[in-house]
Amino acid sequence: MTVLEQRGTYRPAPPPAWQPRTDPAPLLPDAEPYRVLGTGAADRADPGLLRTLHARLVTGRRYNAQATALTRQGRLAVYPSSTGQEACEVAAALVLADRDWLFPSYRDTLAVITRGVDPVQALTLLRGDWHTGYDPYEHRVAPLSTPLATQLPHAVGLAHAARLRGDDVVALAMVGDGGTSEGDFHEALNFAAVQRAPVVFLVQNNGFAISVPLAKQTAAPSLAHKAVGYGMPGRLVDGNDAVAVHEVLSDAVRHARAGGGPVLVEAVTYRLEAHTNADDATRYRGDAEVETWRGHDPVDLLERELTRRGLLDEDARRAVREESEALAADLRARLHEDPVLDPMDLFAHVYAEPTPHLREQRELLRAELAAEAEANADAEAQAAPEGATR
Amino acid sequence: MTTATAAGAATAARPATLAQALTRALRDAMAADPAVHVLGEDVGALGGVFRVTDGLAAEFGEDRCTDTPLAEAGILGTAVGMAMYGLRPVVEMQFDAFAYPAFEQLVSHVARMRNRTRGAMPLPLTIRIPYGGGIGGVEHHSDSSEAYYMATPGLHVVTPATVADAYGLLRAAIASDDPVVFLEPKRLYWSKDAWDPEEPTPVEPVGRAVVRRPGRSATLVTYGPSLPVCLEAAEAARAEGWDLEVVDLRSLVPFDDETVCASVRRTGRAVVVHESGSFGGPGGEIAARVTERCFHHLEAPVLRVAGLDIPYPPPMLERHHLPGVDRVLDAVGRLQWEAES
Ligand SMILES: Cc1ncc(C[n+]2csc(CCOP(=O)(O)OP(=O)(O)O)c2C)c(N)n1
Ligand SMILES: [Mg+2]
Repeated sequence: MTVLEQRGTYRPAPPPAWQPRTDPAPLLPDAEPYRVLGTGAADRADPGLLRTLHARLVTGRRYNAQATALTRQGRLAVYPSSTGQEACEVAAALVLADRDWLFPSYRDTLAVITRGVDPVQALTLLRGDWHTGYDPYEHRVAPLSTPLATQLPHAVGLAHAARLRGDDVVALAMVGDGGTSEGDFHEALNFAAVQRAPVVFLVQNNGFAISVPLAKQTAAPSLAHKAVGYGMPGRLVDGNDAVAVHEVLSDAVRHARAGGGPVLVEAVTYRLEAHTNADDATRYRGDAEVETWRGHDPVDLLERELTRRGLLDEDARRAVREESEALAADLRARLHEDPVLDPMDLFAHVYAEPTPHLREQRELLRAELAAEAEANADAEAQAAPEGATR
Repeated sequence: MTTATAAGAATAARPATLAQALTRALRDAMAADPAVHVLGEDVGALGGVFRVTDGLAAEFGEDRCTDTPLAEAGILGTAVGMAMYGLRPVVEMQFDAFAYPAFEQLVSHVARMRNRTRGAMPLPLTIRIPYGGGIGGVEHHSDSSEAYYMATPGLHVVTPATVADAYGLLRAAIASDDPVVFLEPKRLYWSKDAWDPEEPTPVEPVGRAVVRRPGRSATLVTYGPSLPVCLEAAEAARAEGWDLEVVDLRSLVPFDDETVCASVRRTGRAVVVHESGSFGGPGGEIAARVTERCFHHLEAPVLRVAGLDIPYPPPMLERHHLPGVDRVLDAVGRLQWEAES
């Protein structure tokens, strides 16, 4: 039997034999976002996992702060910060096996570096020296996607292809709350469900699409409920509870890997910073709201638990602090160096072989650059002081 | 499944339709490479609304020739993911105007994935789109959408006009490591040529035009559905004393300046003929290229014979829209012949 034949055959049944094709009850999300930290379930959380999550979240917070600072110094063109969303970013990367694939959006560079991509390469798009700075095959991370939700069908196709090949690869695709209104979100979820593709869709509901709040985005009971319409399970989780996100995503990955088909996870979180450094969030939200969310900070929630369990002594704190400062210092140092640009690269990767038309344009640019270099050399020679010797 | 004939066997050229040659190309490509997957709407049991995928699901199974949900962006978007994983998807869009939902995937991802990733992630995928009018289709079934695709860097855009090219170009498109928009002239689907499926045309690289009819007086530059119109016009022009050369572009991107300009330099006059509208259409680009390269060889401005710049008309009026033999001959007549005498 082929992979697709396992979907079962559907034929319109003659009336009145109608019956629902799937029982919707098991697909429905919980009434409340799932939480672990601060509940009785926290006692069961593995100390090793808690420590790892803590180290990654603290480092991630520092990474976000450093990247935002680099925009002010003109070293990054723009940075969409994931401050406040570190639990989702980190967990999304940690739940995947090496052979799995991550499909990030522009906001997800923290997930990308947590998966092992070099931070400077992850920031290439936002620095502006190229579009994608890393080889997607090296860590199995798709390029950061800017057109909203367009990365979701890619994840479905890749996961489906892997399944056709008999590989037990899972794709985890990230999207924002605003992105769920896009047509590609719908098409991707529908495809995935029909093909039972091993995909986990992680929606980070951070409250806003730039300035537009969720209420203007959807009338659904929750974004997780959307899953039911496609015939896949929807899960609702507290996106600031790193342990809960890790658990829910791990379950979803396991479910997908075992052939159970796709899962939609809505992680309820909050974007503590503006949309990007170029945005002014005071135009559409008040400080009181932000302060409330600061009281439910993912790093604090985790630290409270580690402290309660006596898992965070001064040495551990220092080690994490040093690691984050080292990451920040490395970012500063490497991003303060000007990137080496070769304008000829513009023509190198449009097609496998440049078309005759592009070869002509390449020669035009080459001539322009040569003329520019000559003019610069002349200007320098003229600017040299009178009678200066070499 | 082999395509080679036993040595010494006589060739068996029989009349075959352009659609049959396309089917054969898909079948041979699928047999030759297990990475080739066909997906689209109704491509399975039905064999596609034009029957181009006829028999593929039966022969290769549903996993290789897949009926997808009705979602063009989803079809192309998942094909991108499949190509990322090493497959070679061949996507069928049901009609020209129904490819538009996939436009964002095409422009924002398909066309630029190689470029975005500095060559690390090329996308070898073929997007087959039946296009053009002349089949009596009601609205949204007859668009000539090539100008949109031509204007998108990163895509190859090819279109066959003969049975042999339908086979050769589709095999080449599927073999290409770049995305290819493969435009199938609907009204030529049922056109026939003597063609031997056991000795299919050699697969040429995409990007070469061909002189379909040699001539000395003027060059008709055309492609796809307008080729038969131009050949017919060239025959009719003999009565006027004009010996017209007809160039079939076959590929709009890459554009074969060499073949086109060599022809225009020989004849000194050129008319571009296509169904697509003239304003912002391919003819403007072609006329500009010819003028830039062959100015001193030209005896007259390059003229365009194109569809009208109107939304595609209802079937009962479409003959007024489509460039026909008379319009082509009128244009040839306006190529300033009087200056010669
Ligand atoms: C197709 C498309 N439309 C508009 C935009 C411009 N845009 C960039 S981010 C954004 C908001 C997205 O919000 P959401 O999906 O919630 O993600 P978040 O930024 O909150 O992470 C918009 C409108 C875009 N990138 N793509
Ligand atoms: Mg959002």
